[in-house]
Amino acid sequence: MFDYAFALSILPELLAGLWVTLQVMVAGFFCALIIGVGVAVLLESPVRVLRIISQSYITFFRQTPLLVQLYFLFFALPQTGLQLPAMSTGMIGLGLYYGAYIAESFRAAIGDVPRGQWEAARALDLSPSVTWWRIILPQALKPMLPILGNYLIGMFKETPLLAVITIPELFQTARQIAGLTYRFNEPYTLMALLFLAISLPTSLLFSVLGKKKRHD
Amino acid sequence: MGSTTWFFIAEQLSKGVVVTLQVTLFSALLALVLAFVIALCGLSSSRSLRIFARVYTEFFRGTSALVQLFYLFFILPLVGISLSPMTTAIIGLGLNFSSFGAEIVRAALVNISKGQRDAIAALDFPPDVAFRRIILPQALTFMLPPMGNLLVELLKSTSLVSMITLSDLTFSGTTLITTLGHQTLIWSIVLVCYFILSWPITGLVKRAERRFTRHRRPQE
Repeated sequence: MFDYAFALSILPELLAGLWVTLQVMVAGFFCALIIGVGVAVLLESPVRVLRIISQSYITFFRQTPLLVQLYFLFFALPQTGLQLPAMSTGMIGLGLYYGAYIAESFRAAIGDVPRGQWEAARALDLSPSVTWWRIILPQALKPMLPILGNYLIGMFKETPLLAVITIPELFQTARQIAGLTYRFNEPYTLMALLFLAISLPTSLLFSVLGKKKRHD
Repeated sequence: MGSTTWFFIAEQLSKGVVVTLQVTLFSALLALVLAFVIALCGLSSSRSLRIFARVYTEFFRGTSALVQLFYLFFILPLVGISLSPMTTAIIGLGLNFSSFGAEIVRAALVNISKGQRDAIAALDFPPDVAFRRIILPQALTFMLPPMGNLLVELLKSTSLVSMITLSDLTFSGTTLITTLGHQTLIWSIVLVCYFILSWPITGLVKRAERRFTRHRRPQE
């Protein structure tokens, strides 16, 4: 009951969807990285209000579903007068959601940087920006790499949700093909295989990298 | 908006909350049982069981939960198995989260110190008693905080079941918007509802973490 000729004929369309998926994912990941680092730094800020705001942001975005956040961004933002194309909304949605997770991990990584590093930076009279950029963040980033890899894979698997805000990514493409042809088996099976084809090697790569690190 | 409208919103959303909690509870139970089974398979002495556990976790972690739900919902009927949306949701999320749970269980079981294992061997405990009385109680304290976090993730993921026609909290939001409009307001309320549901779990996890690590602070 699996029609290989049909499967082959829809493959180019699905690959085009996969390409859109990868684009949104990479854009969303960089967005999340910038937000995550920014918020993690704000959490250490001497200004109390900034700390409270960034902590509330992390708590709220980590405890509500991405799907509903995307609905909110896509349908509610235009009513406040902010018109964004679907791709940007998707990028911002992924960025805000994963930014909260990355910020939380970065906070832990920053906490693990030895106190002596802060004291040395202060003793050498380095400005706060130099202390952050040249001393603290580079040291916090190294243990973050495998964690960031996991978030990247996690984000890849959340991209099907972007279908609800009309982004023509892999899942949306498969759903459209299924809806037009009334054949569910081939598009959904191929979609699942394509997901595995990307996420398995990536997770393998990160686990190899992680093991290598432990042997050092 | 009049008080009748507010009442209508509250009524619809509370119906949705009940479905969301049902799906969360039952898929969490299924995931917990499967997680233990898969973790034990992964640690067993039989090579084929270990390979099965590895393939299982890689497969369910490697594809998206939504993809798995759609697969169950649309492909199973083609081979003659028709499940209600509720059953599909529970099985789909249960399978998906069991793969993450299995990793947690496995890590916790492996984490039991070598000294404990040596003592078990020295005292000649039967394997089942050793597992039940010595390994499991210690592993449980390792497991609880990450399991709690996973439960929050599961609760959030139940929003996906709205896409296989199950009328959960998110679905109620969609229905309310079709009848009433007010998108910003309704989605904000739905977000707050999810937040209120997951807040107690996160609080408990934080307390458990503090409690279990109190005696395990670095001793160097």
